[in-house]
Amino acid sequence: MTQTNRLDGGQIDRNTSLSFRFDGRSYTAHPGDTLASALLANDVRLIGRSFKYHRPRGLLTAGSEEPNGMVELRTGARKEPNTRATTTEMFDGLEAYSQNRWPSLKFDALAVNDMFSNFLSAGFYYKTFMWPAAFWEKIYEPIIRRAAGLGSLSMEADPDEYDKGFRHCDLLIIGAGPSGLMAALTAGRAGADVILADEDFTLGGRLNSETIAVGDRSASDWAAQVVAELSSMPNVRLMPRTTVIGAFDHGIYGAVERTGDHLATLPAGKPRQILWRIYTQKTLLCAGATERPIAFENNDRPGVMMASALRTYANRYAVTASQRVAIFTNNDDGHRTATDLHAKGVKIAAVVDVREDAPSSYDYEVLKGAQVINTKGRHGLSFAEISLPDGSTRTLDCGALGVSGGWNPNVHLTCHQRGRPVWNEALAAFVPGGELPVGMSVAGAATGIMSTCGALQSGAEGAAKALNLTGALPDLPEAEDAPVIQTPFWYVQGCKRAWVDQQNDVTVKDVKLSYQEGFRSVEHLKRYTTLGMATDQGKTSNITGLAIMAEVAGKSIPEVGTTIFRPPYTPVPIATFAGRMKGQEFHPTRLTPSHYWAKDRGAVFVEVGNWLRAQWFPLPGETHWRQSVDREVRQTRASVGVCDCTTLGKIDVQGTDAAEFLNRIYANGFAKLAVGKTRYGLMLREDGMVMDDGTAARLAEDHFVVTTTTANAVSVYRHMEFVRQCLCPDMDVQLISTTEGWAQYAVAGPNARKLLQKIVDPEFDISNEAFPFMACGNVTVCGGLRARLFRISFSGELAYEIAVPSRYGDALMRRLMAEGEEFDVVPYGTEALGVMRVEKGHAAGNELNGTTTALNLGLGKMVSKKKDSIGSVLSEREALVEPDGLRLVGIKPLLAEDKITAGGHLMKADGPVDAAHDQGYVTSAVYSPILNSNIGLGLVKNGSERLGEKMRLVSPLTSLTVEVELVSAHFVDPEGERLRA
Amino acid sequence: MRYSGFRVIKEALTGHKGWKPVWREPEPKAHYDIVVIGGGGHGLATAHYLSKVYGQRNVAVVEKGWIGGGNVGRNTTIVRSNYMLDGNEPFYEFSMKLWEGLEQDLNYNAMMSQRGIINLFHTDGQRDAYTRRGNAMILNGADAELLDADQVRKEHPYLNFDDARFPIKGGLVQRRAGTARHDAVAWGFARSADMHGVDIIQNCEVTGLRIENGKCLGVETTKGFIGANKVGCAVAGSSSRVMGMAGMRLPIESHVLQAFVSEGLKPVLPSVITFGAGHFYVSQSDKGGLVFGGDIDGYNTYAQRGNLPVVEDVCEGGMALMPMIGRARLLRMWGGVMDMSMDGSPIIDRTPVEGLYFNGGWCYGGFKATPASGHCFAHLLAKDEPHPVVTAYRLDRFKTGRMIDEKGVGNQPNLH
Amino acid sequence: MIINHPLLGPRDASEFTYLGDASLINRPDWQADNAAEAFYEYGYLRDNPAGEHQELWYHEAGDRSWLVVTRNTLTHEISKVELARDVARARGRSK
Repeated sequence: MTQTNRLDGGQIDRNTSLSFRFDGRSYTAHPGDTLASALLANDVRLIGRSFKYHRPRGLLTAGSEEPNGMVELRTGARKEPNTRATTTEMFDGLEAYSQNRWPSLKFDALAVNDMFSNFLSAGFYYKTFMWPAAFWEKIYEPIIRRAAGLGSLSMEADPDEYDKGFRHCDLLIIGAGPSGLMAALTAGRAGADVILADEDFTLGGRLNSETIAVGDRSASDWAAQVVAELSSMPNVRLMPRTTVIGAFDHGIYGAVERTGDHLATLPAGKPRQILWRIYTQKTLLCAGATERPIAFENNDRPGVMMASALRTYANRYAVTASQRVAIFTNNDDGHRTATDLHAKGVKIAAVVDVREDAPSSYDYEVLKGAQVINTKGRHGLSFAEISLPDGSTRTLDCGALGVSGGWNPNVHLTCHQRGRPVWNEALAAFVPGGELPVGMSVAGAATGIMSTCGALQSGAEGAAKALNLTGALPDLPEAEDAPVIQTPFWYVQGCKRAWVDQQNDVTVKDVKLSYQEGFRSVEHLKRYTTLGMATDQGKTSNITGLAIMAEVAGKSIPEVGTTIFRPPYTPVPIATFAGRMKGQEFHPTRLTPSHYWAKDRGAVFVEVGNWLRAQWFPLPGETHWRQSVDREVRQTRASVGVCDCTTLGKIDVQGTDAAEFLNRIYANGFAKLAVGKTRYGLMLREDGMVMDDGTAARLAEDHFVVTTTTANAVSVYRHMEFVRQCLCPDMDVQLISTTEGWAQYAVAGPNARKLLQKIVDPEFDISNEAFPFMACGNVTVCGGLRARLFRISFSGELAYEIAVPSRYGDALMRRLMAEGEEFDVVPYGTEALGVMRVEKGHAAGNELNGTTTALNLGLGKMVSKKKDSIGSVLSEREALVEPDGLRLVGIKPLLAEDKITAGGHLMKADGPVDAAHDQGYVTSAVYSPILNSNIGLGLVKNGSERLGEKMRLVSPLTSLTVEVELVSAHFVDPEGERLRA
Repeated sequence: MRYSGFRVIKEALTGHKGWKPVWREPEPKAHYDIVVIGGGGHGLATAHYLSKVYGQRNVAVVEKGWIGGGNVGRNTTIVRSNYMLDGNEPFYEFSMKLWEGLEQDLNYNAMMSQRGIINLFHTDGQRDAYTRRGNAMILNGADAELLDADQVRKEHPYLNFDDARFPIKGGLVQRRAGTARHDAVAWGFARSADMHGVDIIQNCEVTGLRIENGKCLGVETTKGFIGANKVGCAVAGSSSRVMGMAGMRLPIESHVLQAFVSEGLKPVLPSVITFGAGHFYVSQSDKGGLVFGGDIDGYNTYAQRGNLPVVEDVCEGGMALMPMIGRARLLRMWGGVMDMSMDGSPIIDRTPVEGLYFNGGWCYGGFKATPASGHCFAHLLAKDEPHPVVTAYRLDRFKTGRMIDEKGVGNQPNLH
Repeated sequence: MIINHPLLGPRDASEFTYLGDASLINRPDWQADNAAEAFYEYGYLRDNPAGEHQELWYHEAGDRSWLVVTRNTLTHEISKVELARDVARARGRSK
């Protein structure tokens, strides 16, 4: 196809031709084009459909504020819905599809909505669809949902990579138009660290869209020259294709750099986009201004565009939207577009200016005091109807109509914290005001200085002021300095439907109806009509809506209010915020030193926090996990087993006050613990609930080793540091986490000692007499390797935990397996560990659920009343010591094969089954191969006094009722003879 | 004015001239029987039930800004009653039942959509806890289902089952849960309360509480003193500030919760989904936006905005759970200030000041509670005794040790 | 946010873990007559001011210092950062 609307000039590379497809048809374009300019060049005006009425939509703008020209870009898993054609940089092979239409863009069945639009006025859905109630989910809502939404997702995982990074600077300049470039030049030449970020792929902003001169050259040449100088400065970092999306606390800005969106395919390993956090002392916002429309009848027809966009397309992209263009304006800027287009050979049908005193032209007709009152054309503009001051009407033959209602400063980032823009009467627009983000100032059109000369000057001065520069500023080039007067003209009176928010189909009438119905605050207006809630966030519509509201309320615009803007400045892919933290990389994976040994043994692993732990070790022929676990339990209890418990938190506590410190953090006493002894420690939160449990081993008078549960390793350490630094600042005690410094293994079972005696060097006597239950000490193993040995037991067997420096963990495990062969040693995983601890009646994570007290767990006597320890006072509150409170019990089914369900609730043997009669719940459930029965632990009201009582375990969720008996939680070896053997 | 499909058609044919303001804009009277501070969801619901159910007609709601401008207008619209503890579940199930009849009660379509919620679990311990919770729900008369991984996959095939760091092992489902159009809830309650004679007074900030001899006599406002026999405070997010005017310190901290919405998309999510291994939950609005959120920022604040680390954290959770949303764009982020209480559960109770009543501490779960909170607060204000389903929501429960701590994290509000 | 650590200089707030009001330093005397009431107030009641707030942050991903940060809860402006240990000592805490 030929590019019928291509003009001369522009910043495109005509020597290279690119091909692209839109809705399956092939077209050509050039490097430097956007998808929007390329579509216009090929005379494609109809691009999409609106949200509610599915009215035909074309391009409105040439920038990121675009509400209409949105497509689904790319295909397959890389499909990007709702992509603005105006900011999509052309590449060879680009594929795009129109969206929100069915079956085709030209014949959209849901365009029928438009015929009923009178019934679908603002907020109509709040008033109907209520009867019958069940119809909402079944009928009304599915219809609404299918009609709503815009583009569609591929439903496939996003295959691209995304990155994150951090940058620091003295001055962040947002926007590389005339003020931004001049600011960067000023700051850069002064030697400051500068970042200049702009959302566009070519720096220069409006300078690339204008035919004006700056200094002795064209505006775009001047911009290119400045960019070249800035590029040569090592202290200036230019970031094109980078949108600063938000201003956050303390001078931190979020920015998204689109590193790969302009490429047909990403180079391997390169990210598609990068989320930058920019830390800056000062920020100069040079974000420019956005042209605002005028609302009139059928102003949403494809071909009706912003006048400045037409100018951008003509001057920068060498494209006209049509060969016959009309302009509708209330200010001089609209005339510039006519002049530029005329100079490019485009026929100007007329300039329609609402002002009686509009400037005249020799080149084209100017209709003064006139207004556009309607447009015609099936899928795009063919005619505009004009009303003239004498009351007569006239029809203009035109394929594009450029509309200019004046310019609004882009104040968005000034509002991201507490800033509230203020009304500027001369501009009839909001300008930055209130409290700006810390360190931010504003220059150029963003602050209401609309002339090129003014922008250049304010950029230079803004940079100098921000950085406290004292030297001479760079010479300012000469540039136009036309005064800008904006007399508001928001919409043409007497229209049936004049569109304010074009994407969400909000009309002038909708705004008035909202007011009529009492939705009179700006926020109510937005929420009731959906004005400004579309993907452009009201960049081209908010002010008009506000103005209409002010008119019907008989108030001024600032009296009615202002809507503020929230981040992000333009929408950001969710994947960009996530970066590389997805899939397996979502969280770090922590592996114990003997992980690969376990993997070689065929272990099945389970996630425990960020750790991977061996859950069980299946042997050939075992087809069900229970076979493996039962075997591991039996073999451990019969002979000896080894379990990797490296993941337990380990905290080294040293200092002359170490014992006193532990006395404070544990509910039970530690002051008198002898050197060489270990004690079980119960740690409470200050609110009296059990926080964690573990052991503390006294290796020396002033040296303890504390263990925590795997889950609480971090929070316990934090808590201990809190107590140390904030509550007992003068205690002589130091803490360090050694969790990753030591590999630790439980060796449990009747033959545990025999096995260890083959490992521990012979000079250390670990006989029962010399190293009894709860002993601890430094030893050496395997011929001199330093190790720590603790005689503690979680399984209830004769057991030890042995720790060696992490790098020897794998070797120790292998040695234990080799030396243990004669005892038929078995490695066991977390499941067998869990079975044995339930058999023994030890509380673990399911019982330490943050709502249980020591009393609940049957450990009430451990809470010493003779000393000051965290949590002891509040653990005495009346509800926490009620005799009818929950107590830990064992639960056994009357029929051994009946399953116990953790999470099941307990009811009395007879009587109703409901919440009011709840007696407690099952916390843990396992199958005990020792007892040949399912067993469980549970918390039951006054349970310790109810042992022997029959109850019903109910789990309606899993359709289960089982008759059970409350028993002691200590199923195996209640007297503790084995662990002392 | 009654709303109906016929009314919409009739107005359409007559140029929409007949629509009346949904609420009056009255000047405050000198005295009311009851003044409710706070024109948010809970305050307006309180006014609705006071006037419609409890026969109180001499009632005013005073609102600092515009009604519905607080958390009812800035939440993620989820309605559910999937709680575990005795103190909570009956209340939230009561609320769920009110939601189910809300549109007919209000004659306003709040678009309550019972599309269900699934809470995914990734460990055996989580499964056990959800089993306990699901059983508690059923035993309290609510609905719950436990799905295994295959069943979850059937209903949500787009979740990450193949490359997940924390594999999905199943989920707890409540089919009756869903979402509602949050603004419409506030407007519907306001319209109904207004129709039943309640004065809704906007742009009327309470600047003080007039308390004499231990009794609250009314509120000082920017529109002058307004006398009242009883004053009810329903200003979650700002509770400490208002109750501070009565000299009270509360078991509450104010924190910001951020929320996010994507650009509009054709339907992809059938229900509300909660990730159990990261901070992420999501639903899709009728307009097509993915509405999602995660954890609170975690520091005390009254600013309705958050910071980037939490934005990233939430999106990381989203990408880990459903990597197909990667190319959907986040359109808008905002923050709401939460009353984070010391056990994660709310307070509806009398106060030590006679005639002064308190409703707050909703943490980030206040939206779903709106109807029941209003109903029960109205009960308390009208009858001076708590409604049976809120007897546990006492202000003194921390003193007696009767905390209602679903999460089990204790007296640290930012962990709830 | 950026916290200006007294020993390490400006650090990103995401290196820290937040606890709450720095009144948590003022742990009551367990043997006082009103200990139950005092611990209840200490554990559960908060000023929760809209404005300047002294609060505890822990440099978890750093040097493990507990800090007392004075921060405005309306603007997030940080006006002071101290080592919690110094604050605790100044408030009379010892062992």
